[in-house]
Amino acid sequence: MQKIEAVIQPSKLDAVKDALVEIGIEGMTILEARGHGRQKGHTEFYRGREYTVDLLPKIKLEMVVPDELVDKAVHAISSSARTGKIGDGKIFLSKIDDAIRIRNDERGPSAL
Amino acid sequence: MRPHILRLLLALTLCCSPVVFAQTPAAPSPSDRITKLESQVAQAQSSADNAWMLTSAALVLMMTGPGLALFYGGLVRKKNVLSTMMQSFAMMAIISVLWALTNYSLAFGQGTSFIGGLHNVFLRGVGLTPDPDYSATIPLQTFMIYQLMFAIITPALVTGAFAERMKFSAMALFLTLWSIIVYSPMAHMVWGKGGLLNASLGGRFPCLDFAGGTVVHVTSGVSALVCALYLGKRLGYPKEPTPPHSVVLSFIGACLLWVGWFGFNAGSALGSSPLATSAFVNTHFGAAAAALSWALAEWIRNGKPSALGAISGSVAGLVAITPAAGFVQPMSAIVIGLIAGFFCYFMVVKVKSWFGYDDSLDAFGVHGAGGTIGAILTGIFASSVINPIFKDTRTGAALPSGVIEGNWHQVFNQLIGVAIAWTISIVGTLILLKIVDLTIGLRVSSENEIEGLDLTQHGEEGYDYAS
Repeated sequence: MQKIEAVIQPSKLDAVKDALVEIGIEGMTILEARGHGRQKGHTEFYRGREYTVDLLPKIKLEMVVPDELVDKAVHAISSSARTGKIGDGKIFLSKIDDAIRIRNDERGPSAL
Repeated sequence: MRPHILRLLLALTLCCSPVVFAQTPAAPSPSDRITKLESQVAQAQSSADNAWMLTSAALVLMMTGPGLALFYGGLVRKKNVLSTMMQSFAMMAIISVLWALTNYSLAFGQGTSFIGGLHNVFLRGVGLTPDPDYSATIPLQTFMIYQLMFAIITPALVTGAFAERMKFSAMALFLTLWSIIVYSPMAHMVWGKGGLLNASLGGRFPCLDFAGGTVVHVTSGVSALVCALYLGKRLGYPKEPTPPHSVVLSFIGACLLWVGWFGFNAGSALGSSPLATSAFVNTHFGAAAAALSWALAEWIRNGKPSALGAISGSVAGLVAITPAAGFVQPMSAIVIGLIAGFFCYFMVVKVKSWFGYDDSLDAFGVHGAGGTIGAILTGIFASSVINPIFKDTRTGAALPSGVIEGNWHQVFNQLIGVAIAWTISIVGTLILLKIVDLTIGLRVSSENEIEGLDLTQHGEEGYDYAS
């Protein structure tokens, strides 16, 4: 099992969700987030005062998938979230030791 | 059932018949009929005027709450939204009671040329019959309640200067005293019986101020500047960002201000007259033109016209057109608006940063600056075609009003009005701030300022995202 964390542009959420459902990913958690990578922020003007906004609105997706689905999922996310411009986001992968379904204590990949 | 109704009908017929007989012989004489007609005409006019004035009074109240409360509330950080709105609302409560007790009398009662007397304290003698000195067609109580709404919004405007750092108790005490010491005399001088600057009741220096450019906007704006200088900057200003937490709230507030301003300016005709139409039209064009010029100035400088810039411009235009509303032609109103939008933009964006004072919500930059430029431009653009305010004492013919008609002297009178408003605001505000500072203290502690005034002054929060 691996955890996939992906930070994407908010406007790409629907496309990414559809692509993941299509390859058979059934569960995911979505967070509204703020942050920046190399993109940095933008400037805003309020009555002549300039403010630099360096934390931009982003969407963070989290899901844990069985090993055989990891590559397909990463490809689904990156191809559907890509605009080719700076600020498209990142995907992080990490190993997961176990998963437990709260309803019936089921363990391992079948709990996903 | 039937016999009862029949008996009742019979009784009614018997009762009414003598009246019917009595009416037939004496036909009313033509003069009686004319007298009756005249009184009916007067009553009809009075009804129409009263309807408009009560509507106007309600519109002007709407400018403070929710108009100004939203406009200012949106501009502060979210930890101070309620305390900022509460400052406007507190004025709706405090000044109303104060007005009934003393301030109406101090502003509009018979008195000296500087301040009214105490004849009308507790609203004594303020009844439902008109006072022809103010308006012959509306009940004096309508006039009183209409003027109250101006007395409410004026101190509420001052709160923009010390937003996010003044104690609620200090604010309440300061503005209560301010309404007595600064607002009442200024209102008396410009609008009261025997006032020094009253143009329509023969003041010594007739200053044209249709709806309160000096009385409302110069006094509040200049006092705001004094407050900003006396209290000092907010913690971290200008290094730490203090962006508006919701331009959306400010946007709704500004639109309500625009609509409410029709009551403010067109209501100042004190009747449902063609002059009210003139003021209404000018108000609208002034606001629109200033919204354009402020947004345009931003567009040129920053590359984008902002929503906050456009609404700030419209308020600046409304301020500047206020003294001129019932005196100028519509084209002049557009010119006044365009000038006000550019000028106030310059004051808010450039002059404020040059001097470095923290007029948090630009009460001075918009109201002080806009009110001053509007008062001067009124002396230039006033037209006797719209409002023949100056009349030849012998022939009754209209005399020229403003510079465009050759009355250069009017600019001098306008400057006297502005100078008096500036002086009374600076001196009065300084003295009152000192008194409040020495007694209960003006600013919240720095811990409270960081935590926010909503929580520390009122024990509540504007937004509870958790529930």
